[in-house]
Amino acid sequence: MWLQRSERFACCATNFALMSQTLQSRQEEIVEEFAFFEDWMDKYEHVIELGKELDALPESEKAEEHLIRGCQSRVWLTATKTPEGTVHFQADSDAIITKGLVALMIRVMDGLTPEAIAGADLWFISRIGLDTHLSPTRANGLESMVQQMKRYGIAFQAAT
Amino acid sequence: MTRVLDPHTVRAQFPILNREVNGKPLVYLDHAASAQKPVAVIEAQREYLMHYHANVHRGVHALSQQATEAFEQARVSVQQHIGAASSNEIIWAAGATDGINLVAQSWGREHIGSGDTILITEMEHHANIVPWQMLAEERDARLEAVGVLDDGSLDLTDFQEKLKVNPKLFAFSHVSNTLGTINDAAALTKQAQAAGAVVLIDGCQAVPHMAIDVAELGCDFYVFSGHKTYGPTGIGVLYGKEPLLEQMKPWRGGGEMIDVVSIKNGTTYAGLPHKFEAGTPHISGGIALGVALNWMAGLGLEAVMDHEVTLAAQARNGLRQIEGMRFIGEAEHRAGVVSFVVEGTHPYDIGTLLDSQGIAVRTGHHCTQPLMERYTIPGTVRASFGAYNTLQEVDTFVAATQRAVRMLRD
Repeated sequence: MWLQRSERFACCATNFALMSQTLQSRQEEIVEEFAFFEDWMDKYEHVIELGKELDALPESEKAEEHLIRGCQSRVWLTATKTPEGTVHFQADSDAIITKGLVALMIRVMDGLTPEAIAGADLWFISRIGLDTHLSPTRANGLESMVQQMKRYGIAFQAAT
Repeated sequence: MTRVLDPHTVRAQFPILNREVNGKPLVYLDHAASAQKPVAVIEAQREYLMHYHANVHRGVHALSQQATEAFEQARVSVQQHIGAASSNEIIWAAGATDGINLVAQSWGREHIGSGDTILITEMEHHANIVPWQMLAEERDARLEAVGVLDDGSLDLTDFQEKLKVNPKLFAFSHVSNTLGTINDAAALTKQAQAAGAVVLIDGCQAVPHMAIDVAELGCDFYVFSGHKTYGPTGIGVLYGKEPLLEQMKPWRGGGEMIDVVSIKNGTTYAGLPHKFEAGTPHISGGIALGVALNWMAGLGLEAVMDHEVTLAAQARNGLRQIEGMRFIGEAEHRAGVVSFVVEGTHPYDIGTLLDSQGIAVRTGHHCTQPLMERYTIPGTVRASFGAYNTLQEVDTFVAATQRAVRMLRD
């Protein structure tokens, strides 16, 4: 009995360690990517590219219940739990820069376990200077999105 | 002789315009949200705080007398600037919003009753909607709004129609902050009054750009904010016709607004204008607002308007070259405001990319959500001009907008 619990704990711990590593390396990758650009117009150009590359949400998913408040532009976020127990995020926005920022968030958080999402430390936002450069409304919007992703993480944790 | 404004001489008086934003020289095109301050205004506030700050209207000492004198002199400056008959008609408020709320809470609660109609327009700022909505709810009255035509002018047929129910009050903006439309305030006032309405004009976007004469307009109330007219924040003005103000009950109670206070026998109130100014006022703000208005008058108000309209016209000519450009607000009489949306782009994205290039514009609904609903748009990009803006800045703005749209659409 004792042995079983211990094994289970070890397995979760490994999984959690792996997830944190993924979270760290994804963020490092983004920071490196942005270091390449000298001024903010170039950074935004890149964000816009990311926004254009992100798959659009079907119109039916752009529903009130998926809307995130706190931004001048609208953001829709959906989350589903995969059979493997990880979380799959999809999102969209009516503004392309916002959509690019959303794409970054998804790149970091998609496919992680609910535990890793709920406890995620997202340092890449301040490392690439987004927190200080974004207008307060845009920064609030981004923060709302982080919070909403974490809420999904917590909800999926509770559901297991 | 018509005077011509030299924006470069004007600019030199605005220290803030020398700064950089995001590594680029600041191009400030958000005058309609708030104007920058000339040295004269900054110095007036500094001078007061450094040399003669004291509470007003009550001290026997020299500082208090000096402060009171300057503060009351500023009231006279406001009176003269807008052509009021007496300084008793000038009430200091915290801003235009505060002035409107004063009228709603004092005059409104006394005169608006069940089934009455309060008339506004679809182009009002939220500050000239919500206080009336709250009053209407409380008094079981109706709130109606005169429609806006596609070009951004007021629907005068609808106005005539809505006057038929004899609204008790007609509150409208002299100049629209989003559309730039200049309403024919004197004509609207006359017609509304003939239908029995008391008229309040929101002059926030008019006072910073043109000469105002309340006697000529004939309105019962006129409000404006200090900070949009080169003065400080936290100060504004409510003008009211003296007989009307005389009848009105105070809204806020406290010091300054009383004659005699007795717990046993109750309180009698001070006369005009102090009856509406409970508590210690924004003394430095009032003094500096007086200076700001005098400073503006020194530029020549017609010259200011001509200059700003020229800037707006040049901006439109440039922006018009952008494919998918749609101007919101194309009425014949317009102030120096350019509001637009570009097909396939979000106003917020354009605003962000302009900011990155050092250009300050406003994006969003501009506190006129009913207007956004009217045009079924999420918001606009708005460039608004002041006396200190130059044609070169307009060119920089147009080029930066072109670049932003290219980045967003390609």
